[in-house]
Amino acid sequence: MTTAVSRQDLRCSRAVSERIIAGALLLCAALSVATTAGIILVLAVETASFFRDVSFAQFFGDTQWTPLFAQKHFGIWALVAGTFLTSVIAIAVALPLGLLAAIYMSEYASEAGRRVLKPSVEVLAGIPTVIYGYFALTFLTPMLQKAIPGLAGFNALSAGIIMGVMILPIIASLSEDAIHAVPAVLREGAFALGGGKLATIRRVVLPTAFSGIGASVIIGVSRAIGETMIVAIAAGQQPRFTFDPRVPIETMTAYIVQVSLGDTPAGTLEYRTIFAVGMMLFLFTMVLNVASHYLKRHILRGAQT
Amino acid sequence: MSQTQGARGDGLAPERAFKAICLLALALPLFLLLVLVGKAFADGWPRLTWDFLSGYPSRNPQLAGILPALAGSMCLMLLTAAIGIPLGVGAAIYLEEYSRPGRLTSLVEVNISNLAGVPSIIYGLLGLELFVRTMQMGRSLLAGAATLALLILPMVIMASREALRTVPQSTREACYALGADRWQTVRRVVLPMSLPGILTGIILSLARAIGETAPLITIGALTYVAFLPNSVNSPFTALPIQIFNWISRPQAGFHVNAAAGIIVLLAIMLLLNGTAIWLRARFQRRFH
Repeated sequence: MTTAVSRQDLRCSRAVSERIIAGALLLCAALSVATTAGIILVLAVETASFFRDVSFAQFFGDTQWTPLFAQKHFGIWALVAGTFLTSVIAIAVALPLGLLAAIYMSEYASEAGRRVLKPSVEVLAGIPTVIYGYFALTFLTPMLQKAIPGLAGFNALSAGIIMGVMILPIIASLSEDAIHAVPAVLREGAFALGGGKLATIRRVVLPTAFSGIGASVIIGVSRAIGETMIVAIAAGQQPRFTFDPRVPIETMTAYIVQVSLGDTPAGTLEYRTIFAVGMMLFLFTMVLNVASHYLKRHILRGAQT
Repeated sequence: MSQTQGARGDGLAPERAFKAICLLALALPLFLLLVLVGKAFADGWPRLTWDFLSGYPSRNPQLAGILPALAGSMCLMLLTAAIGIPLGVGAAIYLEEYSRPGRLTSLVEVNISNLAGVPSIIYGLLGLELFVRTMQMGRSLLAGAATLALLILPMVIMASREALRTVPQSTREACYALGADRWQTVRRVVLPMSLPGILTGIILSLARAIGETAPLITIGALTYVAFLPNSVNSPFTALPIQIFNWISRPQAGFHVNAAAGIIVLLAIMLLLNGTAIWLRARFQRRFH
């Protein structure tokens, strides 16, 4: 299609101005590549100077993170544990609810119902995360404190649960796409063999949509890891290597916020820590994004055969 | 598709129970959304007065207002749009109308989908180093808007490409047949036809930008601003940052302010999303 147009176009090209416009548009497109390059460059340069002062052993071989104190420790695992804990709680909330919601929208709701329900659920993904943070801190935490003794005012649990609500629409929406894409013939075949609705969903629909659902979960995890305001508001600012959801912790993102709020002069070691933490964050999300990309390609190939 | 009900299974108890569980899983988040909005209104509604909207921040929660934050957010949104829209739509036009399938195009495509998955706080780190320090914009509105523009770029590009793709190829060919060159075709025919779709995408991206907090905190937006921004170089605060600042104070009075600020932020989001939905509805009617 494009080649037919471009051949015609060669004839009517009005040389110079057309070239300038094409060049300017190419620059716009190239800017996105430059953005990626810029992110990697900025993180790499500052991380490199961070590691001139702090050894890999101090960074990866310690579980205490206290770069802002007199007694400095740079054990990244304290922040990674916080991120891991909140993300696991978020997925534990978002995966079952999101998947079941996706099954309802695709398999049970009418076409008209689906057209209303899907955007309604997606509204949840558009709410600014600072609002979720407020909700976690002033609503969910006090409520949970009545049920769970020893739950601190800042904790991983309510931040994680609310984060789960935030990523639920991503999982629900993308899983619904995958489930909806399962050919009707497969369902009808299962019905013809005497399978009930439930058996069809469990044995035919879900396995067929598996890679799409997997990709949606990976994207959900990636969002959870990168989410900042909910954890900065409701999970606390106390980096600690723990998997206890009741106590204050600090995630990688919340640490970056904490330092940014203070007046840390550029060029100091404290300043560089946020880039080193940012680098870790970038690498984690990058790996997950590439994995989900690969899974999605897998679906496309599956659909063609 | 969903009409293919398994008639045999409908009477069985587990089938019904499963359907009910699915429905519950869908209803729960929607119910939570209502609780969330209700909670914000219950906490903040009494505080939402004209004095609050037109007031400046204060140590006294009862006197504090959100005017600088509101003005900052509006300026940020306009500047972000001014930077991000031409770049994003330009990139989309290039990818849809000019580029030929090849290495470069697929590199740009993979790159854009990757950028969309980068956490927003990472954009803040980029903005801090690139705009605030290297380009010496300082902690200004311009630096904030440039950062947010890069953040929404993937969204604008993806939405614009989708809109451009809805214009039938035959329309373009008709243009060329009339002697138009490629840019004339794009400017006079393809862009106007896809404009509602592009606008929808732009508005949704701006709605995302206006709710962003983390990248602005990272580039060093202030949390206490007692003046209105007077140029693109002026320091600023934004509505979500003001809300965050109030939430992180221990006094309950500031939490009430935060809730009132949340109502304002929600109203802006509702307005933007409503406009987008209205545009999309119009768009669909015209083509189908």
